[in-house]
Amino acid sequence: MKRIFATLIAFIIALPAWAEIEIQEVTSPGGITAWLVEDHSIPFTAIELRFRGGTSLDDPDKRGAVYLMAGLIEEGAGDMDSRTYARELESLAASFRYNATDDQVSVSAQFLTENRDEVVDLLRVTLHEPRFDQDAVDRVRAQVLSGLRSDQTDPNDIAGRNFARMAYGDHPYGSEGKGTIDSVTTLTRDDIVTAYENVFAKDRMYVGAVGDITAEELGVLLDKLLADLPASGKPIPGRAQVTIPGGVSVVEFDTPQSVALFGHEGIDRDDPDFFAAFVLNHILGGGGFESRLMHEVREKRGLTYGVSTYLVPKDLASVYLGSVSSANDRIAEAVKVIRDEWARAADEGVTQTELDEAKTYLTGAYPLRFDGNSQIASIMVGMQMEDLPIDYIATRNDQVNAVTLEDVNRVASELLDPEGLHFTIVGKPEDLDG
Amino acid sequence: MVRALALSAALIAATPVLAEDGQETVTTFTLDNGMDVVVVEDHRAPVVQHMVWYRAGSADEPIGSSGVAHFLEHLLFKGTDTLAPGEFSATVAANGGNDNAFTSYDYTAYFQRVASDRLELMMRMESDRMRNIRLSEEDILTERDVILEERNQRTENNPRALFGEQMSAAQYLNHRYGVPIIGWRHEMETLDMQDALSFYQTHYAPNNAILVVTGDVDPDDVRTLAEKYYGVIPANPDLPERIRSQEPPQTAARRLTYKDPRVSQPYVQRSYLAQERDAGAQEKAAALFLLAELLGGGNTSYLSEKLQFDQQKAVFSGAFYRGMSLDNTTFDLLVVPAQGVSLQEAEDAMDRAVADFIAEGVNEDDLDRIKMQLRASQTYARDNVDGIGNRYGRALTSGLTVEDVQAWPDILQAVTGDEIIAAAREVFQLETSVTGWLMRDDEVTQ
Repeated sequence: MKRIFATLIAFIIALPAWAEIEIQEVTSPGGITAWLVEDHSIPFTAIELRFRGGTSLDDPDKRGAVYLMAGLIEEGAGDMDSRTYARELESLAASFRYNATDDQVSVSAQFLTENRDEVVDLLRVTLHEPRFDQDAVDRVRAQVLSGLRSDQTDPNDIAGRNFARMAYGDHPYGSEGKGTIDSVTTLTRDDIVTAYENVFAKDRMYVGAVGDITAEELGVLLDKLLADLPASGKPIPGRAQVTIPGGVSVVEFDTPQSVALFGHEGIDRDDPDFFAAFVLNHILGGGGFESRLMHEVREKRGLTYGVSTYLVPKDLASVYLGSVSSANDRIAEAVKVIRDEWARAADEGVTQTELDEAKTYLTGAYPLRFDGNSQIASIMVGMQMEDLPIDYIATRNDQVNAVTLEDVNRVASELLDPEGLHFTIVGKPEDLDG
Repeated sequence: MVRALALSAALIAATPVLAEDGQETVTTFTLDNGMDVVVVEDHRAPVVQHMVWYRAGSADEPIGSSGVAHFLEHLLFKGTDTLAPGEFSATVAANGGNDNAFTSYDYTAYFQRVASDRLELMMRMESDRMRNIRLSEEDILTERDVILEERNQRTENNPRALFGEQMSAAQYLNHRYGVPIIGWRHEMETLDMQDALSFYQTHYAPNNAILVVTGDVDPDDVRTLAEKYYGVIPANPDLPERIRSQEPPQTAARRLTYKDPRVSQPYVQRSYLAQERDAGAQEKAAALFLLAELLGGGNTSYLSEKLQFDQQKAVFSGAFYRGMSLDNTTFDLLVVPAQGVSLQEAEDAMDRAVADFIAEGVNEDDLDRIKMQLRASQTYARDNVDGIGNRYGRALTSGLTVEDVQAWPDILQAVTGDEIIAAAREVFQLETSVTGWLMRDDEVTQ
């Protein structure tokens, strides 16, 4: 029997010299939309589900609830307690992974074609009837608390928390999504159930599938798996103001190498200048061994093993961040070199040669990302969440190539603020002049 | 639930050995000068990974120059006769590719990922730096600072890594596996041009190397290119045999405590000397591999059931076995105690659980489930041909053959519960073990 079923759009995306990635937009009979790449060469499928909101949905006094909930989803469902559930999942040789970040909760599933129906049944009961048994809550909570205790003496984590607090203040971005030892200790089962109801809803859901499955099969799967989820979840909080002032803050910590996290306000993903900023970042600190900062801080001076910068356009705020680690008696010099490079790029911009090389790299390396079913599913869901068109992959390199030297240098002078750059340093840095 | 896994991953690079599959397209051959070649095809995307592995790692270093294998790895990104310093990576980037390298006890490997029509350029540059690097004194001094900062970042700033170094040093009295790959700091500080070039000239030669190409390539084309670029390099007739000082029989259990104020989560680790995978004789290693899975491989493993679910003495437990190793390896157990549980209680509970596991024998359902997952992993592995290539690179630098790699999945499937218990009885001898406690500085040792 042929189901009533609509495959709306299919784009053949031909990248010059690269594989064709054919993304179909599939709408299930029940009205759920997903992006699909069919590839029947290996008998398995990867499915990526994402729910916008993430740990930022926590109430201030329930910090860590969404994170703990995401760790408990796989701890029993329906009539299966956690041990029975774990055995069932293992016997199907499928994998379900869960992750909770500031902006989203993701479910990444991978399963064989030979037992797909059983796996989908299991994932359905997982998403609809998680048990959150009290003994599982307590056991997983103890694991989260163990991690939080370790984070307290990890210089990288200390730097991240300090920077976030200064950058975002009371907004959820300003505190650790895993929660604090105090907040996680007091979370109840009811809080976990509330977090579950806040997160898993169709109004914030995005789906990508790649592998050995047809559009029609996926439509049936989507309805079975997701159609009965509630229509709406908790409203997503408002935007955060990035408030961090320029300068240096030090968290004294007795360790041989200082860890520095630096940054200031960034640029949104949907800003018309985003690609110019993206290319600029590659030249300044994003481009691995070829970046200006790697040349100046590592290759010329041997001050660090690694220095890098990254644009962080989140849903509710954007920052431009970087990190570097140097011995306590050398971090001051690394900070000075980075600030000088920030100023040089702001004042003088970049050269035509640097721009051309960055474009060659960025456009050439783009297809290297599409190197597995899970990776492609993840990229497709990211595109949907950023509201990019389904043919974005084919046009993305053109957008990189369209960036002019004028664009980059104008954005450099607007975006880069050497005075506004804040360094959070964890360690025992010597000779910092502030 | 695997929240604590990040912690254990930092401890032990436990690389899951995925099984081979008849449907993988693997071609292997050897050039006239002795260079081995492995080609794994995947034509889904026009991408290639080009790697050269050397049978030379930190365990092949001369005494007193620890870290030189890794130091040399960094220096290979400096110039050659035809490439200026930094030009190698710049050229890869200018072709839209990524490149890097890594060093371990038994190997050093260099790789690039790039569009498959750039393979020839990669081979031209990689074959050039096999014999022709040119270093300046300034390169040496600056890059030595970089590796010291790398040691700071990986080790000095991380009490778990420092503890791991002490565990290995205690486990290996006489074998170089007791010396960290990155080197002891006091020896790294003295590494010079002569140390680097001497290691280079001794070990970097086609008859000590393996070319691994994965992705959208035709094996015949790879052979033609490999003969053109690598095949013309003469073999090193003086290549030394990889004979390392071996461990004497261990006759006394060793214990250590490492205290550091930066430790927030104490734990206990136990390592036992264990047989590695040997060419043509992988059966015992296969039993140890499955033992690690059954005992501490995941949520349904025996240690997890006993220590985390039944007794709630631990927040995390695990068992690890790294079978790919040229010489004797270790089998490791790890228990992170729950709040209020002392390290002694955790260690006692671990020992009781292991003894009970041996006494009870293997649960056949558990073993069948693991074997099913191993079979499935062969399907999933085909989605990552670079991973398949890496497996061959590690195997061939660890004394195994292509045939050993391909036989491994069937050997795993054939292991019986009785063989696993026999392997457990053999490996779990307290007098061949090291027990370590990672502790806060202020903690009382009972």
